[in-house]
Amino acid sequence: MRATPAKGAADPPLNWQEAVLSRVIRLSGYSAIVFVVLIFTFLVREGLPALFDVPLSDLFSVRWYPIEGYFGILPLITGSLIVTLGAMAVAVPFGIGTAMFISEIAPRWAREVLKPMVELLGGLPSVVLGFLGILMLSPYLRQALDLPTGLTALAGSLLLAGIALPTIVSIAEDALDAVPKSFREGALALGATRWQTMWGVTLPAARSGVLTAVMLGIGRAIGETMAVMMVTGNAPVLAIRLASIVAPARTMTATIAAEMGEVATGSIHYHVLFFVGMVLFLISFAVNVTASAVVFRQRTRAERVLS
Amino acid sequence: MLVLLSALLAGCQTASTGATPYSAAEYIENRGSDTIVNLALAWAERYQELHPEVRISVSGGGSGVGITALINGTVDIANASRQIKSEEAQEAESRGIQPVEFVIARDAIAVIVHPNNPVSQLTLQQISDIYSGLINNWREVGGEDRPIVRLSRETNSGTHVYFLETVLRLGDSDSDTLFSTDTLLLPSSEGIVYEVRQNPNAIGYDGLGYVPPDLKVVAVARQAGGPFVLPSVDTVNDNSYPVARDLYMYTAGQPSGTVADYLGWILSSEAQPIVADLGFVPAAAAMPAPTQGD
Repeated sequence: MRATPAKGAADPPLNWQEAVLSRVIRLSGYSAIVFVVLIFTFLVREGLPALFDVPLSDLFSVRWYPIEGYFGILPLITGSLIVTLGAMAVAVPFGIGTAMFISEIAPRWAREVLKPMVELLGGLPSVVLGFLGILMLSPYLRQALDLPTGLTALAGSLLLAGIALPTIVSIAEDALDAVPKSFREGALALGATRWQTMWGVTLPAARSGVLTAVMLGIGRAIGETMAVMMVTGNAPVLAIRLASIVAPARTMTATIAAEMGEVATGSIHYHVLFFVGMVLFLISFAVNVTASAVVFRQRTRAERVLS
Repeated sequence: MLVLLSALLAGCQTASTGATPYSAAEYIENRGSDTIVNLALAWAERYQELHPEVRISVSGGGSGVGITALINGTVDIANASRQIKSEEAQEAESRGIQPVEFVIARDAIAVIVHPNNPVSQLTLQQISDIYSGLINNWREVGGEDRPIVRLSRETNSGTHVYFLETVLRLGDSDSDTLFSTDTLLLPSSEGIVYEVRQNPNAIGYDGLGYVPPDLKVVAVARQAGGPFVLPSVDTVNDNSYPVARDLYMYTAGQPSGTVADYLGWILSSEAQPIVADLGFVPAAAAMPAPTQGD
């Protein structure tokens, strides 16, 4: 980003192959932005009419039953949030712990087995996990926790943790691995124990990469549809109590997936589903902006310290 | 599995058309209700064996999808597990299409519970109260002291709508009874079957053809004290089982040519036994022999 504009003018004119190639590369760079803007424009165009069709007080109410004209999206938002938060509560400590183990503690041979295995786990189709969830996890949860049913937000959280874990482990491990060896050697030379080095030096030094890992994990979790739809029970209940984690929940993604197929184009229900999509987009956008803001602030401070 | 089946079908068709002298194959497009899709596929396969010159493409998507496609003129036959709505009929008429209805089979909706659940009979009113959230413990309907976990299909399913109108609202169109918000909305019949099979708290409903033998089917009565009836071919045909519905096919205008032949065959004594094989109730009893037109 910084290097390109300074050159150019002084260089001899590019031959046509290079000119074409550089255009193509530039185009594909910009296309990412164009696509995001186009997608958001489309979402807004299809979703915003919901605000005119449905009074705001109805839209932000607690009853979702679209075939009878109840369009309260609060249960869906809280459902997505509780499932995602539950998933993060499991996946973040486990993910970072695994990444630290692979990068800092495991012997070389174990690392060479573990990392590919974890990444393989990431390639598992979520439908397969959903099947495991519905056949094994939910009956187990019902019996172990003595719940009325195992199809709960908790089952969804655990599956999502499994889905987000490989992303978190893989990226966090890369970040930890990129911390210069001299940092660790310096800490050890100053008399820090191995644990103190890991916790006090390596992890903070890799903080921005680890944070990115967590954010991508959240993104993966909140956008996941199939596995969640299969195990959370999809009951549109407002999930704001602590006990909601062991009750059924309905996420935004599952709602869109289950209902978009048969909705009449242009109907109120259709617009409300797009509005739900818009809310989902805004939430993941907010997560990403927060993440990059935190990462950016952390980097400038590090630069200040080092300079 | 559907994709696989239709791919297989497509394979058979190309093979058979290649072998036969007919160059211009007759093509029937058939889409709609997920309840009917297995039945429609079975019919299509059999019919294509008998008439290799005809190609039939069957797909699901839901009753609404099928009828919308019929109105848009993209299918020849729409499958529906409910009757066409008045808005849909108006929409069709505004486009110059006169939908013609055929009752092709009947379907009982069975209420299912875990095999160990001691409750074996319920009245319609009790089922309505369970699903609307008035009854929350099996003890209240003569069972064990367990919470009731309500299972339902998703709201876009024709079965969901039928159950809402016939059972929850007891057929009263002015009623605005709704499913309790904590009703679990499962995306597939299989989801309901899995959960009922392993959860003694659960109650669910599904088309009789989709209920495996290891689950307990509840006998249903119209009124308290009235006869409790289990769903079966006989009880559906003599109207004693209260939760049964007709399954429909719709064509745009009176069918002619290949489509008319196909529908005539579906209603014939040759095709109706397939209905019973798949767990539905044949319509032949209600509809005497294949008549030409209406």
